[in-house]
Amino acid sequence: MTKYLLGAAALAAVAALAPAAPASAQSKTITLCWAAWDPANALVELSKDFTAKTNVAMKFEFVPWPNFADRMLNELNSKGKLCDLLIGDSQWIGGAAENGHYVKLNDFFAKEGIKMDDFMPATVLGYSEWPKGTPNYWALPAMGDALGWTYRKDWFARPDIQADFKKKHGRDLAAPKTLTELTEIAQFFQGREIDGKKVYGAAIFTERGSEGITMGVSNFLYPYGFKYQDPKKPYAMEGFVNSPDAVKGLEAYKALFKCCTPPGYTDAYMQEGLDAFKSGQVALQMNWFAFFPGLYKDEKVGGEHIGFFVNPPEKEHGSQLGGQGISVVSYSPNKAEALAYIKWFAQPEVQKKWWALGGYSAHKAVLNDPGFAKTAPFAADFLTAMGEVVDFWAEPSYAQLLLAEQKRVHDYVVADKGTAKEALDALIKDWQKVFKDDGKVN
Amino acid sequence: MTELTPVSSLADRVAAASPDWALRRAGGFSDRSIAWLFIAPTIVLLLAINIFPLIWTIRLSFTNYRGNRPNAPLKSVGLDHYQSILSDPDIWAAMQATAHFVLWTIALQTLLGFALAWLIDRKFRGHALWTTIILIPMMLSPAVVGNFWRFLYQPQIGLFNYLVSFISGVPPSSFEMIGSVKLAPWSIILVDTWMWTPYVALIILAGLRSIPDYIYEAAEVDRASSWRQFWSITLPMVLPFIMLAVLFRGIENFKMFDMVNLLTSGGPGSTTEVASITLKREAFEKWRTGYSSAFAIILFVTVFGLANIYVKALNRVRQR
Repeated sequence: MTKYLLGAAALAAVAALAPAAPASAQSKTITLCWAAWDPANALVELSKDFTAKTNVAMKFEFVPWPNFADRMLNELNSKGKLCDLLIGDSQWIGGAAENGHYVKLNDFFAKEGIKMDDFMPATVLGYSEWPKGTPNYWALPAMGDALGWTYRKDWFARPDIQADFKKKHGRDLAAPKTLTELTEIAQFFQGREIDGKKVYGAAIFTERGSEGITMGVSNFLYPYGFKYQDPKKPYAMEGFVNSPDAVKGLEAYKALFKCCTPPGYTDAYMQEGLDAFKSGQVALQMNWFAFFPGLYKDEKVGGEHIGFFVNPPEKEHGSQLGGQGISVVSYSPNKAEALAYIKWFAQPEVQKKWWALGGYSAHKAVLNDPGFAKTAPFAADFLTAMGEVVDFWAEPSYAQLLLAEQKRVHDYVVADKGTAKEALDALIKDWQKVFKDDGKVN
Repeated sequence: MTELTPVSSLADRVAAASPDWALRRAGGFSDRSIAWLFIAPTIVLLLAINIFPLIWTIRLSFTNYRGNRPNAPLKSVGLDHYQSILSDPDIWAAMQATAHFVLWTIALQTLLGFALAWLIDRKFRGHALWTTIILIPMMLSPAVVGNFWRFLYQPQIGLFNYLVSFISGVPPSSFEMIGSVKLAPWSIILVDTWMWTPYVALIILAGLRSIPDYIYEAAEVDRASSWRQFWSITLPMVLPFIMLAVLFRGIENFKMFDMVNLLTSGGPGSTTEVASITLKREAFEKWRTGYSSAFAIILFVTVFGLANIYVKALNRVRQR
């Protein structure tokens, strides 16, 4: 009996001491906040190297995309200490900089020899700078991203489908070269029976609650010639936001939605798109490049079944910018460790591993490597897309600007309210009101 | 509305109701002081949780304050927010959507709730089990209800669409409950009715069971028909309970948020954007704190005013 008691006491002692061991080995823990998606898992893997090297433990707070902005902006506005590092959306940069939520990184970059010239210009402009076009940096480009497309390469390759398409359109069925071609392909597949199953044309973004439909519509507006403002007169939007070309772009998006999406596709964003594509419902899928590595690995629709293409042009080239920069939160009690993470993350070899694990590096050491385009079937398209990206407003009032567009375009595209011109006219009024309240226009 | 009891008279009543031993132990304090001591925490809590935020909200509604820019200079804007809200067509559209939702849910829940209560009151075999089953929906969280009805309404795999298809012969994918402008307002009404009819039924059941049997027995002796008994005894006696249920559901549905947000997010477009969704977007997504405070005050005054008128009517019915 005494032997058992001694054994139990020894076990209890080991159990009590066991958790204390790693805690004493790692001096500090920092928390990194981001959205819950595939690249976040890659970052967890990558960050193990940081912990091994610096002895600083990492904690992660990942929030699902639909709640990400709400959750994180509330955290910043309430000066919360949850996040030491935040990989925040590109559009938050203005508000976060002006309201003092992010630490300005210029001095740190200068001291540590981190050069913004080492990163792709579009990502520096989109993720790091505020005011835009000035050398004021609030984040290090962490995750390059843009809105692209996937298609069912295996369906496209079928002789019967090829023949049918050629008969109908007089050309080979291939990845579309224009948005008009894209709509034709979607129409061609809509309602078609493949392997005894009814399939649909395209999964596109129609989500109402956060940013979904705005991102989707923008991928059509930019190639049709939409501009946010007069390049010579900031905040002058009349004739740019509601130009005849922009109207055509919005009408084209609605036409695609009406003709070629699966039933019940009225409030769909990235996850719904992934579900539709993975379940073999759609021929085309609009989604962020960030998901492409995961889709390529998918057993059912990945590998030889899937193809990728950049958002096709119409009048000009243009893709919606996604992606984020990594920032140090001003209210963090662990700024030194958070900055150490950024210093570590900026190294070319870490960036190479980041890309290899499934993250989209924005570092030129990765992207300018001659072999980069062949590292993945979507790598070349990613490079092309990042060369033509356009971003939404990154103003401090971005949320108001975004919600106004969500409402106006959802009203027009999904709820059939008014015309495209009326929707864009109303959007200008909404945006003018926001800028007037902000004192940017009279 | 119950008249507010003056605090001093409340303190006196508490003192009068206090047991002697309590008063003896607290020697040195007057009855009145002890009474104040007992009710003070409640009053402080009430002031801190209800009254102060209300006053603060009223104050903010006259300013340009934004929760995400706490360091920006605070400017008074007078009645600008109120004027802007009352002349904004989008706000009126949200109020219309709210009114449509409130009126139809109340009408349906009252009718169905009465029918359910009437059935349960019959005390048929196994009625206790059925009563428990019927009450399940109201025990669920609105978030859960919103999410699973979203699946039920899915045109391709949703059970609801299949059920309608089975009954009517219409293909299940041919209609979209939450994606169609015409059907979406009805889809949220249907879910709310499914969830809260048992609650209304429960209140009405209490009313039905409070009617003494001898009244019906006397009516039987007078050879009153069942219809006559219903109109002259059941309905008048149960009316205060129905009115109470309508009051509760009316107030609750006027500020409905969670279920609608999860089901439709206010869409398609702004078709089901009820007032509370607009308010949340203004306050916590756009961060127009001053503006949203003014909107909250307008909503509060509307609900408070309507509830007051209603309670007066309810008191008149009870006195009859």
